[in-house]
Amino acid sequence: MDSLSEKVSEMRGFKLHVVETNKYKTNTIVWKMKAPLANEDVTKRALLPYVLQSSSETFPSTAELRSYLDELYGATFFVDLAKKGEYHVISFSIEIANEKFLKDTSPLLRKGFEFLTEILTKPHLSGNGFDSDMVEKEKRTLKDRIQSIFDDKMRYSNFRLVQEMCKGEPYALEVNGELDQVDSITPENLYDYYKKAFQEDECDLYFIGDVKEEEVQKLAGDLLQFQDRSPKKIESRNEKRIENVNEVKEQQDIKQGKLNIGYRTYVKYGDPDYYALQVFNGIFGGFSHSKLFINVREKASLAYYAASRLESHKGLMMVMSGIDLKNYNQAVGIIHEQMDAMKKGDFTDEELDQTKAVIQNQLLETIDTSRGLIEVLYHNVVSHVDINLEHWLKAMQETTKEEIIKVGNKIELDTIYFLTGMEAGK
Amino acid sequence: MEKISFDQLQEELFFEKLPNGLSVYILPKKGFNKSYATFTTKYGSIDNHFVPLGKQDFTKVPDGIAHFLEHKLFEKEDGDVFQQFSKQGASANAFTSFTRTAYLFSSTADFERNLETLVDFVQDPYFSDKTVEKEKGIIGQEITMYDDNPDWRLYFGLIQNLYQNHPVKIDIAGTIESISHITPDLLYECYNTFYHPSNMLLFIVGPVDPSAIMNQIRENQSKKDYKDQQEIKRKFEMEPVQVAEKKQVLEMNVQTSKCLVGIKALHVDQTGSEMLKNELTMNVLLDLLFSKSSENFNQLYNSGLIDETFSYDFTQEQGFGFAMVGGDTREPDKLAETLEKMLLEAKNGKAFTNEQLERAIKKKIGAFLRAINSPEYIANQFTRYAFNDMDFFEVVPMLERITLEDVEKLASEVIAEERFSVCQVVPKKK
Repeated sequence: MDSLSEKVSEMRGFKLHVVETNKYKTNTIVWKMKAPLANEDVTKRALLPYVLQSSSETFPSTAELRSYLDELYGATFFVDLAKKGEYHVISFSIEIANEKFLKDTSPLLRKGFEFLTEILTKPHLSGNGFDSDMVEKEKRTLKDRIQSIFDDKMRYSNFRLVQEMCKGEPYALEVNGELDQVDSITPENLYDYYKKAFQEDECDLYFIGDVKEEEVQKLAGDLLQFQDRSPKKIESRNEKRIENVNEVKEQQDIKQGKLNIGYRTYVKYGDPDYYALQVFNGIFGGFSHSKLFINVREKASLAYYAASRLESHKGLMMVMSGIDLKNYNQAVGIIHEQMDAMKKGDFTDEELDQTKAVIQNQLLETIDTSRGLIEVLYHNVVSHVDINLEHWLKAMQETTKEEIIKVGNKIELDTIYFLTGMEAGK
Repeated sequence: MEKISFDQLQEELFFEKLPNGLSVYILPKKGFNKSYATFTTKYGSIDNHFVPLGKQDFTKVPDGIAHFLEHKLFEKEDGDVFQQFSKQGASANAFTSFTRTAYLFSSTADFERNLETLVDFVQDPYFSDKTVEKEKGIIGQEITMYDDNPDWRLYFGLIQNLYQNHPVKIDIAGTIESISHITPDLLYECYNTFYHPSNMLLFIVGPVDPSAIMNQIRENQSKKDYKDQQEIKRKFEMEPVQVAEKKQVLEMNVQTSKCLVGIKALHVDQTGSEMLKNELTMNVLLDLLFSKSSENFNQLYNSGLIDETFSYDFTQEQGFGFAMVGGDTREPDKLAETLEKMLLEAKNGKAFTNEQLERAIKKKIGAFLRAINSPEYIANQFTRYAFNDMDFFEVVPMLERITLEDVEKLASEVIAEERFSVCQVVPKKK
């Protein structure tokens, strides 16, 4: 494996993470900031990065800002939002060509970073708030973004499962915020929230590429200084125990039904049995050799996709499949059977070895891309642990069948959600 | 084995054409964990009318058969090849496009063994009545999934508007009805015609030793008994310059409307550097017109006609081509009208500046560097380029040669009202 040493240092108000590698033709810089998911902030947080990326003090229009990025050999710059467990994470990413591979060798990395700091620290203001035109446009786009989930049935059914399953928990909040909160955001109250977030959020800056740690440290230290802080952590509380399985059916005018099943695993990233859970999920539904793929798709011919995945910071496992409306009972039956088989240890050593090999491959492939690497490293920040990749892989490889059965027996079925057509419900 | 060096990019490419006609390319990538291989045949959804191997007359095969064949090649008498790959720690996949079918895997260990598996499974078909019947249920669900997907319906709806006869208008997966006619014999007929090594390309990228890998492939191929094959005869009906339909509106279960404007391309007989230049110039033209730094984009966005889903794209292959612009919108008719107006302004000589052009070209060069961080991109794009006799590593030098005159000339030729078409998805009336 390519040795990837992540060098972490404390800066003023944020942590700096540097990975030196020369395998890319570009350099990547990512700023991440996270805070606990909360109903009163979620929509402001969903809007904020889009307002910041639309213009700045030096580039008061989007056309000027984007022209400057084109000038820097089409540096890509984008923002995104994620839920990691019950944290809401905002990311600003910039990827810029390494001038070593260009005819024109004037340095680009510094310019890229200066641009990013401009976006973070010099917003386009007027009066006591952000520029109101920009805020209005981005509010309109945010509404579109929130609404668009309805038109993508795969995303919609997953969103509905989480909404049903985590009712009353912060995790049920949508990453893009709540439609009915958008109108009440003003340029002023958003600017106040911006100041608060940059004072209180836990912030991390990643540099990946053909860089030197000392130089990056100096650059980042010169250009970015915030107040020191002790970031808010989510309160640990008793996890919901399941008394009755919740079964939800919803009708829409669609051809294919979407079946989404949610389980509680009670295991999170950083827990000792997390590795066993990874392998459990791999044998059960993570891959094209897994039980769900083989039994729902290959044997019963019911679906094109049938898979499971983990939410590692919340302790959930989610199954998803697209099936014919009339096959609901059969598909649910097969999935239950496969879960029971897993809990009883009804899987072979071959399935076990195969799954470990594929998990290892998947992780090594993920860290071949700079963004994938950052996502993997960021798990440590979210969980407040320090697990290096060698340890992760070793612990996963050493998992035994007994440990997998044990972790499997912690798993509880919580909610079955089915988005069905107009015919089947009659 | 031939070695080609690209100094500016600091890359080396190794190439050999084997005696049976197979083209093999190897691009070593140091520092990566992953190796990636694609084994691709120049055979896609449009190749539905051809002379089968050893026969005299043209035959037409059911819609969706190239894609069906791709699915079925993974299944053997003794089980599924996916299983084999995952036992070897690799992840395998495949895809069918209009013009190609590609089989691929990536792995971070045991590369040689996985490569052997890839080449052997693609070169050893097994189709039976039972497995073919079973696949109809699975692909049926794949088709239904796309039927519910408004973006796919919009994209394909527009292609169907643009083309009158060309098989690009047929959905790649076919329909539930068309795939019901697929039999093992038909699959063998397609396989034997299109999967000869002389119609295929193997591309390998990753931390590999090129001479050892080339040896392995030579040896693997020398053990297989391939007879020389005559050139494949494909037939395409005459396609008029005009579009089939000017407009199509699809009502679906959505909340937000969508609108795409398409232009049916000219110059679809091009290959080689002529095609490369045309394709890149067209992409630069679209950037000048609609990228986030453009006047048009900002006007559309500021007036609320488009949102972040707005995009544009150009596709060119031998025999067909199209540009598409659009996205989600509150006013699909107004968006269509405005986009058409913007396109016609460019046709009628609305001038771009040299500064804008330079910026657009710089942006494309940066995008190319970013793209070649990705082994998948290199392998897939290189193959596409090679099948069209284009040189993948000529992209940057060619971009540097594009002039304002080239862009303006292309705009005046390719943009024409008679080759515009519009497709929209709108919420179903209750």
